[in-house]
Amino acid sequence: MRSERPPNLFAFLAAVGVAFFVLPLVGLLYRAPWETALGDLTTPEALTALRLSFVVSLAATALALLLGVPLAWVYARVAFRGRDIVRALTTLPMILPPVVGGVALLFAFGRRGLFGQALDTMFGIRLPFTTAGAILAATFVAMPFLVLTVEAGLRSMDRRYEDAARTLGASRWLVFRRVTLPLIAPSVFAGAVLCWARALGEFGATITFAGNLPGTTQTLPLAVYIALETRPEVAIMLSLVLLAVSLAILVAMRDRYLRAF
Amino acid sequence: MRGATALGLVATLVLGACATSPSSSPTPITSSAPLVGSITVFAGSSLTDAFKNAGTEITKTNPDARFTFNFGSSSTLATQITNGAPADVFASADDANMQKIVDAKLTDGAAAPFVSNRLQIAVAPGNPRRIAGLTDLARPDVVLVLAAPTVPAGKYALEALTKAGVAAKPVSQEVDVRAVLNKVSLGEADAGIVYVTDVRSAPGRVTGVDIPEQQQVIARYPIAVVTDSKNTRLARGFVDYLLSPAGQSVLAEFGFSKP
Repeated sequence: MRSERPPNLFAFLAAVGVAFFVLPLVGLLYRAPWETALGDLTTPEALTALRLSFVVSLAATALALLLGVPLAWVYARVAFRGRDIVRALTTLPMILPPVVGGVALLFAFGRRGLFGQALDTMFGIRLPFTTAGAILAATFVAMPFLVLTVEAGLRSMDRRYEDAARTLGASRWLVFRRVTLPLIAPSVFAGAVLCWARALGEFGATITFAGNLPGTTQTLPLAVYIALETRPEVAIMLSLVLLAVSLAILVAMRDRYLRAF
Repeated sequence: MRGATALGLVATLVLGACATSPSSSPTPITSSAPLVGSITVFAGSSLTDAFKNAGTEITKTNPDARFTFNFGSSSTLATQITNGAPADVFASADDANMQKIVDAKLTDGAAAPFVSNRLQIAVAPGNPRRIAGLTDLARPDVVLVLAAPTVPAGKYALEALTKAGVAAKPVSQEVDVRAVLNKVSLGEADAGIVYVTDVRSAPGRVTGVDIPEQQQVIARYPIAVVTDSKNTRLARGFVDYLLSPAGQSVLAEFGFSKP
């Protein structure tokens, strides 16, 4: 990359832009109760929320990988009518207010929902107020990050390797496993990490669809919201944990993996 | 009846301000000139319908008065105000959260109790689960939702359950009392402990099951004008209207009791 000196106006506006993002973080750091940090983070409610968030975000990422990689493959390789519309539908949660997603999930998978009712009467499965419901909510908002990243990886890879393997007699499944997957591994990894980070921060859809109960559905962001009113120091420390994790992910990924966007 | 309420408003506002104002306001209302300008009222979510209606009533005789409402759990609102949110009036569903504002020296004058409320169990219309009282909330087949213990309605609900000696486990601790009501009216929960006024606000969507007197918890709501209000006159006018007979009868229509 060639570096040059920015025009004064650009330098100034860019600095204001940076300050806009950095100042809230400074505020958080300024208010952080460093003396009691460890004690605040190891309170039972904080530990419970940390543990649950870990489980929910990882399960959501696993579910997103299982469904999202094949979906990305279909988007990248199959030309079908209405592909753009279908892709838009599955990307919607990225820009949709998560609360709206939560309400939509309730009407679909709630106890009185379109499919939730059948799930309840036929299998006795109820998703609202369960950890499974929280995982579903997190997957709903986070999976598009994985799908878009993996699709971009598939589109930019050199397909001649696949063709060569096919002419040598490899089955489609073998080609996918031994040729395609290793080639797009960086995209899959980047997509999974982004998806995980988004799942970790999920609030609106979770509280609307899954509710808020410590140990079952009260993930880190929900615990922050509740603690803000009674134990602000715990809320600040939990916020800093989320912040540190997210920042670490973005710095670690840099341009290397984020080229997909 | 509404017509009479509206007609008597100007008179009550003036009289109310002079005679029954609960505190010594730095800028008392001395003229009968109509209230003008706009204020933001922060109020517990149980006050949603009653306050919107009170705002409409005041605007009938004071067409240039504008009210913006911010409804939420009283604890969230108290946190927002102590962190500098631009509120002109704060109405809390309990004393504890009002006290946070008082302690932060953010109230203009003393906080006055203006209304009280009682608890009720909200169930699906027609009560299909046959929930007769608090004891039934501990039944394993009953999906129970409460407000979070940090929220006044959640705190009151726990008090009532303790009085009744019931160890009920909620499946969710919702962020405010209206969220509890919604979970019941959506059919996701079988029962929730809310205020009488919440059940009344959702006719046909939920049915209320009474809680007997000895297990009942009375919620007393204080209201105060916030220091640094840009329009103390209108803020004071809103509070005085609620304390006036006209305001009290609007609140009573929504199921609230006298303080």
